[in-house]
Amino acid sequence: MSGPQRVKFYQTGTFTVGNRLLDVSVRSVQSDTTRNNSLNSGHRACQGCGEALGARYALDAAMRAVSGKLVVANATGCLEVFSTPYPESSWRVAWLHSLFANAAAVGTGMAAAMRVKGRHDVRVIAQGGDGGTVDIGFACLSGMFERNDDVLYICYDNEAYMNTGVQRSSATPAAARTATTPAVGEQPGNVFGQGKNVPLIAMAHGIPYVATASVCDLRDLEYKVEKAMGFHGARYLHVHVPCPLGWGCDTGDTIKVARLAAESGLFPIFEAEYGEITGRRPIRKPIPVDDYLKAQSRFAHLFKGKGDPARIAMIQAIADRNIRRFGLVQEGAPA
Amino acid sequence: MLKQCEGSQAVAEAIGLCRPQVICAYPITPQTHIVEGLGSLVKSGKLANCEYINVESEFAAMSVAIGASAAGARAYTATASQGILYMAEAVYNAGGLGLPIVMTVGNRSIGAPINIWNDHTDSMALRDAGWIQLFAEDNQEAVDLHIQAFKLAEELSVPVMVCMDGFILTHAYERVDIPTQEQVDQFLPPYEPRQVVDPDDPVTIGAMVGPEAFMEVRYLAHAKQLQALERIPELAGEFKQKFGRDSGGLIREYRADDAETIVVGLGSVNGTIKDVVDEMRNDGVKIGGVSICSFRPFPTAALNKALGKAKRIITIEKSLSVGIGGNVSHNLRMALPDRNTTVYTVIAGLGGRPITRASLKKVFRSAIDGLLEPVSFLDLNLGVVQRQLERERLARRTGPAAEAILRDLSAAPATAH
Repeated sequence: MSGPQRVKFYQTGTFTVGNRLLDVSVRSVQSDTTRNNSLNSGHRACQGCGEALGARYALDAAMRAVSGKLVVANATGCLEVFSTPYPESSWRVAWLHSLFANAAAVGTGMAAAMRVKGRHDVRVIAQGGDGGTVDIGFACLSGMFERNDDVLYICYDNEAYMNTGVQRSSATPAAARTATTPAVGEQPGNVFGQGKNVPLIAMAHGIPYVATASVCDLRDLEYKVEKAMGFHGARYLHVHVPCPLGWGCDTGDTIKVARLAAESGLFPIFEAEYGEITGRRPIRKPIPVDDYLKAQSRFAHLFKGKGDPARIAMIQAIADRNIRRFGLVQEGAPA
Repeated sequence: MLKQCEGSQAVAEAIGLCRPQVICAYPITPQTHIVEGLGSLVKSGKLANCEYINVESEFAAMSVAIGASAAGARAYTATASQGILYMAEAVYNAGGLGLPIVMTVGNRSIGAPINIWNDHTDSMALRDAGWIQLFAEDNQEAVDLHIQAFKLAEELSVPVMVCMDGFILTHAYERVDIPTQEQVDQFLPPYEPRQVVDPDDPVTIGAMVGPEAFMEVRYLAHAKQLQALERIPELAGEFKQKFGRDSGGLIREYRADDAETIVVGLGSVNGTIKDVVDEMRNDGVKIGGVSICSFRPFPTAALNKALGKAKRIITIEKSLSVGIGGNVSHNLRMALPDRNTTVYTVIAGLGGRPITRASLKKVFRSAIDGLLEPVSFLDLNLGVVQRQLERERLARRTGPAAEAILRDLSAAPATAH
């Protein structure tokens, strides 16, 4: 993964990089020179940080969707730490950080305050990493969902506690090496058969909108944020954001690794309304999970020596199941 | 308007008169009737323009209050016991952010062993969280302190806890004078936040602060409490002007002027203390009482003035600082210029054990006679504890201690609540 990459030229007219050649009406928010720069440059995220990228795109899209009438509650974590050391805040939105576990509840409180003050134009986003969402913040998140509070919660999932130095969360994938699931012993890395799927749990609350997205498809991320802001009530967006430091991938490969996760089926990209899946990002040709795993040193133990084909096959089975379950390969297949 | 009602209902009505905009409700005994009362006020439309949110935990209750207060709404919640510990992190956070949330604590013990009755362990556990802590002596004062609390909190941008004894006050039916809406509106102006999450003037709140400024931010919380020391008595004065009653203030003295022995207490126990003071005064004993209303900020100067001439001080404390003794007496020693003044710590009423006039009189007499230990426990059955310690000395697996003590007392197993 290291070494210089060949310069690639993208086909004009796609929604990837050269979209300034597109008609203005279909251009991305980021291509707009009047974009908000909600998470401004100069913050202290690591090189290649997927979370910084995802948060910038998501919040700029939200700011455009609500004409700048946005307030944000942020959980403790990388995103909060790298963006705020005073007086160098990178936030160009009204932004409040309270605690690790309570971003969803703080969002509920902000939404209630806006309602009672008659500020019906003001919308609320609560956001955090996977630790602050799927683990420690889960009770507040579920409470916010259950009450159908008017908050969009965005989880930036980098699959471990990166801020404290890469420890396992319940979003850490099977076999991944973290500081608390070290690559030692007979079953190195994180165990199989654990973890929780919060997008599906969010859907089970029957809330208006749930979607997954990835920094490999930033246009899709923008579209989903914009769509989410079109609903009132509780909404959930789960964004896959590679962490080069924690995953052990090249800092220039953030988008590429995210794309491999999506194209292998390991990170299914879909959307759902009121508990029913309404759309998925199709995979044209699934790639084997090996390609994704090999790009990251957190899975290196699977390929050491003779390798670990049995456990790689188990990971392939997870990807295959996602492809079947969410109908990722054949358009319109049942979920 | 005078009425005979339950303390919780009276407090709910008083809070309603303060026009809270966001109320976070989560049940915990003995506070529950307060949020139930408020729920009725909101649902019936009597309390308009208020969001009543049934949250999923006390941690969420305080967190929703934080979000609401930071977004410029007057926010209120109530809790007790395990609940305040469950929200402890958010309690500190609200204090650190300087958000003027008002919270009632229906004081109750902390388990294990689980126990629903009154003591002050819950509030005392959070005494250093940057909140003002006011203790109500009776239900009238509980009503009045809430009205003062919103004003105090919002003027200083500091959260305020109004502590009222669980069951003894929350569930007691007393005569209470509920003010009119006009009176409260004249006393309490609408909430004007010092800092606010607003898209029209976006600011970053809750940023990471390093060693270069953390001390100063923490000191600011202390400075606010020192301001409150000035403001609390003034507010009590303004309150009296408007409502015609003495309520609140830092401390209240009872026959303490010429007293050689002064008994110090927090909350409803002062009623019993006053009765005993009267009895002993009739016997010619120079004894008086001092009720601490404001525990945070701690009224060092006021106590110095009130206690300075006494020969001995007895603190009646409803919480135990395990391993040393009393919380109140430790704080109180800061107020005493003459270190030779004897301070007796009497731990009393834990887990709802009745504090009787007879027991208090005995312990006061014992202090006056110089027979009382520096730290003592009112009506403690020491024998039952010593027998348990002996059992533990003799055998390894003695089983659950609380159950063994209950067995020893030949009591039926505690019923679940």
